[in-house]
Amino acid sequence: MKKIFLIGIKDVRLAMRDRTALLMMLLAPFILTLGLGFVTGRFSGTSSSGISNIHVIIVNQDAGQVGSALVDLLHSPDLQELVLVRDMSDEVAARQLVDTGQNAGVIIIPPGFTDSIISSPTTSAKTEIPQIELYTDPTRPTSVGVIKTILDQFLSQVETGRIGAEVTITQLITNGLVQVQDAAAIGQEIGVQQATAAGQTNAITIKDVTSNGKTIQFDVLGYMAPGMALMFLMFTASYGGRVLLAERNQGTLPRLLVSPTTSAQVLGGKIFGTFLTGAAQVFILILASTLFFGLQWGDPLGILVLVLAAVFAAVGWGMLITAVAKTPGQVNWIGTAIMLLFGLLGGSFLNLEGMPGWFELVSKITPNAWGLDGFTTLAMGGNLSNVMSPVLGLLAMGIILFIASLLLFNRKGIIQR
Amino acid sequence: MTNLLEVKNLVKKYGEYTAVNGISFSIKDGEIFSLLGPNGAGKTTTISVLSTLYTPTSGDASIGGYSVSREPMLVRSLIGVVPQELALYDDLTARENLSFWGQMYGLSGRTLKSRIDEVLEQIGLVEKAGNRIKTYSGGMKRRVNIGVGLLHRPRLLFMDEPTVGIDPQSRRAILDSVKDLNQQGMTVLYTTHYMEEAHELSDRVAIIDHGELIALGTQAELTHQVGENDTLVLHIDEGQDCESLAQAMRTIPSVLFANTSDHEISLITPEAEEILAPAVTKANELGIKIRSVDIKEPNLEAVFLHLTGRALRD
Repeated sequence: MKKIFLIGIKDVRLAMRDRTALLMMLLAPFILTLGLGFVTGRFSGTSSSGISNIHVIIVNQDAGQVGSALVDLLHSPDLQELVLVRDMSDEVAARQLVDTGQNAGVIIIPPGFTDSIISSPTTSAKTEIPQIELYTDPTRPTSVGVIKTILDQFLSQVETGRIGAEVTITQLITNGLVQVQDAAAIGQEIGVQQATAAGQTNAITIKDVTSNGKTIQFDVLGYMAPGMALMFLMFTASYGGRVLLAERNQGTLPRLLVSPTTSAQVLGGKIFGTFLTGAAQVFILILASTLFFGLQWGDPLGILVLVLAAVFAAVGWGMLITAVAKTPGQVNWIGTAIMLLFGLLGGSFLNLEGMPGWFELVSKITPNAWGLDGFTTLAMGGNLSNVMSPVLGLLAMGIILFIASLLLFNRKGIIQR
Repeated sequence: MTNLLEVKNLVKKYGEYTAVNGISFSIKDGEIFSLLGPNGAGKTTTISVLSTLYTPTSGDASIGGYSVSREPMLVRSLIGVVPQELALYDDLTARENLSFWGQMYGLSGRTLKSRIDEVLEQIGLVEKAGNRIKTYSGGMKRRVNIGVGLLHRPRLLFMDEPTVGIDPQSRRAILDSVKDLNQQGMTVLYTTHYMEEAHELSDRVAIIDHGELIALGTQAELTHQVGENDTLVLHIDEGQDCESLAQAMRTIPSVLFANTSDHEISLITPEAEEILAPAVTKANELGIKIRSVDIKEPNLEAVFLHLTGRALRD
């Protein structure tokens, strides 16, 4: 283990002294993130999320005014570009449209939703908080996050209206300004006015996801920065492979193999070095974007685990490229091509949501797609348990790639004595 | 003295190509043993097999009693290797390189530090130890390359053409350091295609050509094979017909061998002074001007020429 560690640390040190590599590992993703931030208006205050036309279905089974207010809100001009709303009455059919990937989610407003909220303030029995169901496509965390944000904002307004009506009527009765028998009707009127005022509010934008009690702001850079970091992580992964073959050509690998060091230790050290370099790269980018852009990445533990899993999978790809290529030059151009291809496929340039189902399926061969799912979930307020699916996906990908690489290394005798 | 290295019928093939073809020899403890041969003779392949980098196709070798094919890890701790090509990390300093390689040989802590200091002293790079290798001259890099092989005080040091492509001053320093190391008790297997280096350093020499050992012994034993013959070297101008002149020289009765190379004709003869006049006459007849003439005592070059009909540089 000591020799694996020593070889790995040596490789990190060499990578950090390679100016060209540093430009690609750190400066390029940082500059690109910065540029995309400017393009999307993130730094000029005219930000658009870059996310639009989220397909959402609303099934309104409520006959009251609050249900209608939510429908009106989703159809409002403020959200026109963001969501494409379709009204349906058949709940089962609506769910099927989500299951088949045609829609990001269904909002189901249950029967009696309005009545359960705006009950008579004189009624002593506590009314159960009504549940709006949000049925979503788990492969679209960004869109789901946006829909959830809108709903949370709306429900927050509704709750404010309900409490406001209760307090107002209680005060009016105490001061003798209304009769007890009129309280129910007046309370309902106040509640409806306050609750449905949510429909006219301009405050509903893509922010304030409060699912875990924290205020998390959805930020366009929260999508772009991980996208760029993951894309250039692929560069680092192939860089590690290139270094392995370069060491063979420059004689340091044979020299290692005639020292009392096993070929497994040498290969382990090279992989460990690439892993450390990749992890350092992503953590430096996270730190830099937090410091310079004020970007909120989300739950630190989730970020830590997700980064390590993404680096593991990316290094797996790097090793496979190395096992297939014959020269450092080949690793370089195959690695660059794969970096760009994975960037495109994995959503580093374009949001994959809304892409055809087959495209999203193919994107799953990239660490970028899994990683972006996870980072977006965390940026929207999720925690480690919410990103277990991408983490496990990345780990499985890494394991498969490492096994394939080792078989190829063995067959080609790249690192055998 | 006991044998530190024993090689028995060693064969190394790459597909159909046989790089080393059934060589056998041994090296005694404390000896400097040179493997002399032209480029492509199989010297580097032999060292690569003996240093456990490649497995032999057949045959075996043992170092300190351990088989290179069956006990490579035990062999590796006994040997040091100075490869022909520089095998260093350019972006690390000399001290960092030595530290890394020392740790690969199991050195650590104070032992590592003191060995690094000693080696830096030995290779004369104490003051520049903190500079990155890429800022060094070719000769300085060569010295660090050798230093890496010495760190763990190996019993047997393999040096594969360590003076190729360097200036005369660095070459001299390297040859002197090989002699110093040997005086300190280190056994050295030195490969070269420079006859002068093998002549200066070696207790015994093996001459290798086309993967086969064609001669082995002390220098006296080897030169005895060519008897008391001298080598007469005729230097002619560029563009002159070397081969025609060599043909003409072969007609002189006391010329045993005539070989051409790089505007030179080497003649092996028992009486160099006596054939000088007829040689000049033959050259004049062909209209070829002889620029200068060297007469050499019997040496390893002559042995190689005698055994192969070619010069070492061919």
